[in-house]
Amino acid sequence: MARILLNDVRKTYDRQEVIHGITMDIADGEFVVIVGPSGCGKSTLLRMVAGLEGISSGTIEIGGKVVNALEPRDRNIAMVFQNYALYPHMTVRENMVYGLKIAKLPRAEIDQRLARAAKMLELEPYLDRKPRALSGGQRQRVAMGRALVREPAAFLLDEPLSNLDAKLRLQMRLQIKDMHLRTGQTTLYVTHDQVEAMTLADRLIVMNSGIADQIGTPLEVYERPASEFVAGFIGSPAMNILTVSVGDGAAILPGGRRLSLPGLPAGGQFRLGLRPEDLRLAGATEGAIPVELRSLERLGADAFGYGVIEGTDVPMTVRLPGNSAAKRGDRLGVLPHESRLHLFSVETGRRFEPARGA
Amino acid sequence: MQRTVFPHKVLPWLLLAPQLAVTLIFFYWPAGQAFRQSTLREDPFGLSSTFVGLANFRRVLSDPSYLNALQVTVVFSLFVAFLPMVIALFLAVQAEKIVRGRGVYRTLMIWPYAVATAIAGMLWLFMFNPSFGTLAWPLRQMGINWNPLLNSSHAMILVVAAATWKQISYNFLFFVAGLQAIPRSLLEAAAIDGASRRHAFWTIVFPLLAPTTFFLLVVNTVYALFDTFGIIHAVTGGGPGKATETLVYKVYNDGFVNLNMGDSAAQSVILMVIVIALTAFQFRYIERRVHYG
Ligand SMILES: Nc1ncnc2c1ncn2[C@@H]1O[C@H](COP(=O)(O)OP(=O)(O)OP(=O)(O)O)[C@@H](O)[C@H]1O
Ligand SMILES: [Mg+2]
Repeated sequence: MARILLNDVRKTYDRQEVIHGITMDIADGEFVVIVGPSGCGKSTLLRMVAGLEGISSGTIEIGGKVVNALEPRDRNIAMVFQNYALYPHMTVRENMVYGLKIAKLPRAEIDQRLARAAKMLELEPYLDRKPRALSGGQRQRVAMGRALVREPAAFLLDEPLSNLDAKLRLQMRLQIKDMHLRTGQTTLYVTHDQVEAMTLADRLIVMNSGIADQIGTPLEVYERPASEFVAGFIGSPAMNILTVSVGDGAAILPGGRRLSLPGLPAGGQFRLGLRPEDLRLAGATEGAIPVELRSLERLGADAFGYGVIEGTDVPMTVRLPGNSAAKRGDRLGVLPHESRLHLFSVETGRRFEPARGA
Repeated sequence: MQRTVFPHKVLPWLLLAPQLAVTLIFFYWPAGQAFRQSTLREDPFGLSSTFVGLANFRRVLSDPSYLNALQVTVVFSLFVAFLPMVIALFLAVQAEKIVRGRGVYRTLMIWPYAVATAIAGMLWLFMFNPSFGTLAWPLRQMGINWNPLLNSSHAMILVVAAATWKQISYNFLFFVAGLQAIPRSLLEAAAIDGASRRHAFWTIVFPLLAPTTFFLLVVNTVYALFDTFGIIHAVTGGGPGKATETLVYKVYNDGFVNLNMGDSAAQSVILMVIVIALTAFQFRYIERRVHYG
């Protein structure tokens, strides 16, 4: 149980900075997901919290104590590694109690914690097996169990589900969520899977090459992405982002179509973000954006049409009803929900906030 | 494992032929000769030989100097099997910690392996020669009456040291490779689990190195029993007295110096049996405890 404070945390490798000052206050018991594309510094940040990487500048506090100079073992944290890092020469039982034995816990306490974790993770039948005799999902659970029995101040997980197949991933995701609800432990979870990020997190840190582009609840991040990067990263299929020039209260789209919208800035070039699910079919209505369908993906409940704005090469994705009769080569007219537009600065990529009521 | 299937039966044998030829000519044929010799007795002029059955074995095994050689060999081999491992493991672990110049350090550690056995022996002989040895002098200054030419313990220490030194490189190489094969994340997991470096070494690194350690134990044993001949020959010649005369050295001495072919052959047969038994024992009883990750 602990609050974790990151204060302008930076990491430099060989004079090259890879984490550019991250500040965050993680409340006791909060589930925070660090999400971002490969190489953006997620693992590095997590490993700094764990004490496996030095902190080049800034401070990290766990449970009210600055831990910059503390060894991992003095930080009272537990970590689940992407490759599980189970000790191959020890049985599941030995793996799970390794840390407890080092902590010199009484025998009865060790047995009790082991039994509880094994029950929760359904590991009882495997306690005397070596890791190599387990399936990927079972290994994953052992790794979780090894962290769980420690009853640490904070849980750190680095892409714990990335080696599992889709079905198992869903199952483990629910189990992790459930485990967090039961134990109420502060958790930092790294992933590049946005479904994991959206479903597990109390709050997200969306990272973009060493910078925390946005920190917020999943809904906030989805509804009001703070940057073009976040907008493109969160949401599936990805948000449509077009370059528009603004003037006279209207945005001029590629292809020359004018879109009259409230709350536009006075003028200039902008990036306009439209989620596929925020576009509604409008037929040949005045002002609708004409989209020429190039391909269609049917998912059952929904279908996604991938096309281009007519007369241009600007791609556009549209969500359609699952039973839509649309087919390749069709022309659709779509209109955006006016309240669900996202405008980003061309230069900085940051979100443009229209003055309310303008 | 992929199984390659050859279209007909002759090709595989043809491909194996060179290796088989080498093995037959240089291993099985001499071994067979040793067996044959061990049951024969040559006349003093080496002109004729007669079949004597197991008489040579009986005489060798009741010869006190043979039992002495056996004892010397046990002591010598125990040291030479384990010392290089202990030292090489220590050095390999230290090498892991080096950040800058790791390659240079490793290369330097491997060089002694390129030195021929007899040269290595000469090197140690010169360094520790009681009258002009560079390193014998400081020993004398420390109040040790260093004289491997007269003192049999000193002689033993010297051959053990030389044989060990020569074998460290080889052991080092394998331990470095073994250490690198241990995933870093295991040690990180142990660090998070609260293990000190020392505890993690003994509970994780060392057990995971077991296959390497076992392999080196077998190699070092065979090395100590056979390949140290050159060192002993160069450094002490089996002396003083017979204090450093190992089994293999005695085989050579009785056969080629004293020209007693029957006894020498019987000894080499016994030595062969000992090595086979020892290796079989190691595989049977130690390998089972070894974890292959
Ligand atoms: N030891 C190191 N020396 C130099 N640069 C490093 C080192 N470790 C990581 N980096 C760099 O730091 C950046 C962040 O790496 P990190 O492993 O944190 O990425 P990540 O977000 O976890 O990516 P992934 O999703 O692929 O795991 C990368 O650009 C990487 O090249
Ligand atoms: Mg990573």
